[in-house]
Amino acid sequence: MAERLLSVQDLHTSFFTDNGEVQAVNGISFDLDPGEILGIVGESGSGKSVTAYSIMQILADTGKITGGRILFKGSDLTTWNDKQMQSFRGKNCSIIFQDPMTSLNPVFTIGNQLEEAVVLHTSRRGEAAKARVKEFLELVGINEPEKRIKQYPFELSGGMRQRVMIAMALACEPDILIADEPTTALDVTIQAQILELIQSLQKKMGMAVILVTHDLGVIADMCDNIIVMYGGRICERGTAREIFYNPKHEYTKGLLRSIPNVGNMKKKLVPISGTPINMLNLPKGCAFCPRCDAAMKICLSELPQEITINSDHKAACWVNVKNALEEVSADA
Amino acid sequence: MHDTLVEVNDLKQYFPIRTGIGKTIPLKAVDDISFTIGRGETLGLVGESGCGKTTAGRSILRLYEPTGGEVLFEGEPVTDRNITAMRKKMQMVFQDPYSSLDPRMTVEDIIGEPLDVHKLCKNRKERRERILELMETVGLNAEHATRYAHEFSGGQRQRIGIARALAVKPDFIVCDEPVSALDVSIQAQIINMFEELQEKLGVAYLFIAHDLLVVHHISKRIAVMYLGKIVELADADEINDHPIHPYTESLLSAVPIPDPDITRARQRIILEGDVPSPLHRPTGCPFRTRCRYATEQCARECPELTDRGGGHQVACWVK
Repeated sequence: MAERLLSVQDLHTSFFTDNGEVQAVNGISFDLDPGEILGIVGESGSGKSVTAYSIMQILADTGKITGGRILFKGSDLTTWNDKQMQSFRGKNCSIIFQDPMTSLNPVFTIGNQLEEAVVLHTSRRGEAAKARVKEFLELVGINEPEKRIKQYPFELSGGMRQRVMIAMALACEPDILIADEPTTALDVTIQAQILELIQSLQKKMGMAVILVTHDLGVIADMCDNIIVMYGGRICERGTAREIFYNPKHEYTKGLLRSIPNVGNMKKKLVPISGTPINMLNLPKGCAFCPRCDAAMKICLSELPQEITINSDHKAACWVNVKNALEEVSADA
Repeated sequence: MHDTLVEVNDLKQYFPIRTGIGKTIPLKAVDDISFTIGRGETLGLVGESGCGKTTAGRSILRLYEPTGGEVLFEGEPVTDRNITAMRKKMQMVFQDPYSSLDPRMTVEDIIGEPLDVHKLCKNRKERRERILELMETVGLNAEHATRYAHEFSGGQRQRIGIARALAVKPDFIVCDEPVSALDVSIQAQIINMFEELQEKLGVAYLFIAHDLLVVHHISKRIAVMYLGKIVELADADEINDHPIHPYTESLLSAVPIPDPDITRARQRIILEGDVPSPLHRPTGCPFRTRCRYATEQCARECPELTDRGGGHQVACWVK
């Protein structure tokens, strides 16, 4: 089989806090192919951002990858040293953050910051680097780039800043772009602009995109494949159509029932009961079982394994096992 | 038809902005908005950040002193003089359940504060009973009455905020983005609670939010704001199925719908550029700088809200 662009295998990431070890990511595995748009969806604390940060190795000081491998074109990133990682970031893999205000440096001009990225990761210097900066500002739809490169972040609107962030991320033509809640801080009409931009740039440059978000609408719009996370584990993965029209994990089902959608405007929403999970105190079995209506005895004590639903779809939920067993016994 | 509970007439809220020594210019956060809310009805107010929707909610409750216009509650003008009494009937739920609860007060005292302010309980026993009853109404465990706000999750805090608003038995609650700070799986719990409380207590809401799907779900009618003006106001389904104003049209088309087939088949209308600063509002129609249909007339005169039949009001020269 051909080498994967990125292959995450049994990744564990923990944060060591005063209150104990928080296992933010608990053994997740997935592959990413060139040109694929992969969506990671989950609520706060599900470990979706930590997964992204683990790939880039930009975790907070207390965070540490405690197990597993991250293979980039066959080479394990977790064994790379700081210098190698530095060249990996930017050149091979870039990230756009949620808040474009705090992720740009307020005391440098836009041009300055973009040029830094170009000089650091490519062989372009001086005028060539400046030309590259202008080219990419134009590419992300910023008019009058001549004027903009002399401006500071505070002089730009939220949407503009996010465009600058995208320009910076793409200036070195990475193989992978990680977008961590890229539009959460933006207004609806600006969100539409930015999503459209990411989509068109992805087509033009052919990079792979990992889109991390809690917004199921954005996921439905953008992604080929979707990973649903809860409590640091993957509960379900599949193509967009499989996840939305044939959900097989109780959490995904609950999530889809609980959001207002075109089909349920006149009906009552069906909320997921209970409160979000406490990561300091993970249950022994399925992380979702304290909130699950279909929970069984086995859900409390044993971790569900991922089961193949069909070639495009896998889910880790005991309910599927039960249904399969019932089918078999009914046949017999 | 509902009888009218709240009537807002030409409400204006300007904030003076200093531009130099001795020089100020007005920032027109809310400019001439009018609408009514019936008893037990929900009016949704949507718009992008900076369009004045939060300011509108706050001006109605006189958290700001309005620059002009009037608010009538049950036909009676809300003024500085009667505002304390009025707040027994009008309450507010805030967006951020973290900063809107005093961290040094117990849940009991937070919910009890409006009871004390309005002297609604004769003795401690009655106060305690009322607080426990309120906690039960919003689905909080009565045993938690002596805890502090930081011991609760975001969704539970929002429930405390709602219990506080309900304490005075109001007829009208301004809900300012009450679910946008909550996790997706918790949002539905709170939305359902708002709906159940309305059925049970007959309270009317002004539901301010930027999430159009949430607003559509909870509201009977929806008003769309842009740069301090209401540009369209109609029945929730009507505005969703047949938007008339070009801004509403593009806003609706920009909302990502959590359904891959529908959302991908849809024609998105992408608006050019950003919302102009409210300090330098375009002349005439505020939306004309981003509008596909803008004409000369749009630059000259600001369109008024006019009824296009069936209570569907639109402020646009072209459409």
